[in-house]
Amino acid sequence: MSRFRNAALMVALLAVAGIAAAQSSKYPGVGRDATTKEVAAWDIDVRPDFKGLPPGSGSVAKGQDVWEGKCAHCHGIFADSGEVFSPIVGVGGISKEDIKTGHVAKLLDKNYPGRTTFMKVATLSTIWDYINRAMPWTAPKTLTHDEVYAVTAYLLNLAGIVPDNFTLSDKNIADVQKLMPNRNGMDREHNMWPGREFSKVTKSDTANVACMKDCVPEPKVASFLPDYARNAHGNLAEQNRLVGAQHGADTTKPEPKTPEAAAEAVKSSVAATAKAEAKPAAKAAAGGVDNKAALALLSKYSCTACHAIDHKVVGPSFQEVGKKHAGKVDYLAGKIKSGGSGVWGPIPMPAQSLSEAEAKTIATWLAAGAAK
Amino acid sequence: MQEDLISGRIRKAPENFLNQDGIKTVFAEAKQGRRNFIRNAFAAAAAGAAGTAALAQGNPVPTEGGDPNILNLPEHSTGLGQGVASDGGYGHPSKYEANVQRRQSPGLTQTTQASVSFAPLQSLFGIITPSGLHFERHHQGWWDIDPSKHRLMINGMVKNAKVFTMDEIMRLPSVSRIHFIECGANTAVEWGNVAVPTVQYTHGMVSCSEFTGVPLITLLELAGADLKNGKYVLAEGADGSSMTRTIPMELIKSGEVFVAYGQNGEMLRPEQGYPLRLVVPGVQGVSWVKYLRRIEVGDMPYAAKDEAVHYIDLLPSGQHRQYSSIQECKSVVTTPSGGQVLLDKGFYNITGLAWSGRGKVKRVDVSVDGGRNWRTARIEGPVQSKAMTRFNIDWVWDGKPAIIQSRAMDETGFVQPTYKQLRAVRGTRSIYHNNAIQSWLVQESGEVKNVQVS
Repeated sequence: MSRFRNAALMVALLAVAGIAAAQSSKYPGVGRDATTKEVAAWDIDVRPDFKGLPPGSGSVAKGQDVWEGKCAHCHGIFADSGEVFSPIVGVGGISKEDIKTGHVAKLLDKNYPGRTTFMKVATLSTIWDYINRAMPWTAPKTLTHDEVYAVTAYLLNLAGIVPDNFTLSDKNIADVQKLMPNRNGMDREHNMWPGREFSKVTKSDTANVACMKDCVPEPKVASFLPDYARNAHGNLAEQNRLVGAQHGADTTKPEPKTPEAAAEAVKSSVAATAKAEAKPAAKAAAGGVDNKAALALLSKYSCTACHAIDHKVVGPSFQEVGKKHAGKVDYLAGKIKSGGSGVWGPIPMPAQSLSEAEAKTIATWLAAGAAK
Repeated sequence: MQEDLISGRIRKAPENFLNQDGIKTVFAEAKQGRRNFIRNAFAAAAAGAAGTAALAQGNPVPTEGGDPNILNLPEHSTGLGQGVASDGGYGHPSKYEANVQRRQSPGLTQTTQASVSFAPLQSLFGIITPSGLHFERHHQGWWDIDPSKHRLMINGMVKNAKVFTMDEIMRLPSVSRIHFIECGANTAVEWGNVAVPTVQYTHGMVSCSEFTGVPLITLLELAGADLKNGKYVLAEGADGSSMTRTIPMELIKSGEVFVAYGQNGEMLRPEQGYPLRLVVPGVQGVSWVKYLRRIEVGDMPYAAKDEAVHYIDLLPSGQHRQYSSIQECKSVVTTPSGGQVLLDKGFYNITGLAWSGRGKVKRVDVSVDGGRNWRTARIEGPVQSKAMTRFNIDWVWDGKPAIIQSRAMDETGFVQPTYKQLRAVRGTRSIYHNNAIQSWLVQESGEVKNVQVS
């Protein structure tokens, strides 16, 4: 192409003139060459063929130590918890036979609860890469390479793939790949990837036809939400615009059986919503409690990764804490800073590095009941 | 698990939405009386007796002889209104629109940082999603990144690895294009049975914006990418999860993929990847990497976490479909839809959205009898490739039960499948890429329910 020939010519001329080749582009002045150091800082991906994997090693035992300190509070000691995230390994998900065949048989069992990470994943690089780039949850990219090897080794051990005394390294990782239980479990023969890199399939797997008249027998309703789930997503009257051809159904009340009752329900719910809106939104802060500041701090220090306002996540809800320790501002401020375990269960809360004043803001808010 | 259902905690995203117990409970309920009620209601409708009752007037003349809203001039007609720029310099929706919000589905996720909020499709008009109502999907929380410090790196199989500042990217020739973005897991909870009440929760992980940015091919050429041997491209984000996905070279070479900084006339919202995200038209949202920091050219797919553990579709064979990326043709009626109430018998405009990851929407048909008979809807133009398309069709509701469905066809001739057809090939456990025809049951009371028909 002539454009490239011209570019090449330009390069030659500019080189003679002693100007950097980078200046020769179609868009002069835009972008510069990345330095080796810059590329090394960001190019952290590890491919299925382990290109990009840095040297290092880690044992199952060391992995367990790292795990219990940095990972177990979300994933569970044995990586089988589904409390916060999908389980990574689970009891009885993977068999010795699977490791031989490379197909996880339990994936066919509709009654097996929760397909775990190791039941699904075909590529060990995926595990190493994701732990390295994205874990731990509140402090990604802080593990050393050896720690990533060790945690990966621990998980492989929990999944029954390597023995207790195993040490994973860049030297043997390709051999472990050959044991991955679902390594042959991926199907790329479909037309849902743009391009022909994976498959020559061009036809979709479903094929409806645009029939217009008498297409199906009389339809029967096969599935709908049971009555007890009517309000499970909150009041739908408050999730629809107040004006329009349709209004939202008031799901705080039982389903109306007649059109008149439905119309009446809509009218009263509109009135109720309008009334609720007329109330001033912001409540005045009482007793030095600054809800807004406290909520902002919870977000800033990732408290919300483990606690929620009104339900248990990893730790107790803020409202539970506030109820148990009502009024005890100093105690709570101290606990926030020191962390600890035993008050609410065995899972430890790590010590938090925030200022005295910040801890006090949160503690005051907690002690006053942890309002939203 | 039944308890979880009662409290609305329908468990875990993006996988394990409903466990077997929950599904059994729902099915059991469905098999009992309620189902018969609906069947009977249909039988009654078919018998068709009832002479046409005079339709009630939605806005009757009051006994006083006139509407007080007309007769008594309101304050806004008799007083002085508010001044310019009195809204902090950035306007907000009317206070009467406070119900129109993006929302979380209760119990779907245990953290808010690896979670989803759904766009209120039932309240939107046209095809553009207001930026503040655009659905959110974060993998490790969102950030508001200083654009003066954001960098984009191009490396891998290139002559010269490159670094660009935002100033530099915004100097390059730009394109502005309207595209839909749909999460691969949109409608995931409905694979087995009805699980959520409204279109916001069934289909709200789709949005459509005008995006502005620079074609990725321009940046790859600037770096001297080896486009012959470099068959795969990795996109990587700058957030904590540093999300990665393998991006199809075919769409990069065609010029369709671009790095976007603009959305609906302003910069991207922080929740949408400010200051830079990838736009991969027609491909599921997870590939539209936010906070885009790096592009790598390589000769092998990358098997990133979100293409090797999640976003893989379990088939009845026990195999997982991998690198399934295209969002196939799909549509949904947005009003009337689940959780709404028709105020009266009479005229309604049935309206909805259709889209296809393979190009333009060619036609949309609508049925009000559960798929027996269909009429072709009006399509609002101009129809754009891999963009939302709005359809409308007239309907006079006679007050009898009706099941409303829409069925879209794209320019390749592909027709949106029924649940029966979809399940026949993919089972009920593949989580992703559910593009089945949606059914809304309008009951005699006027209340609309999410249902699936057999």
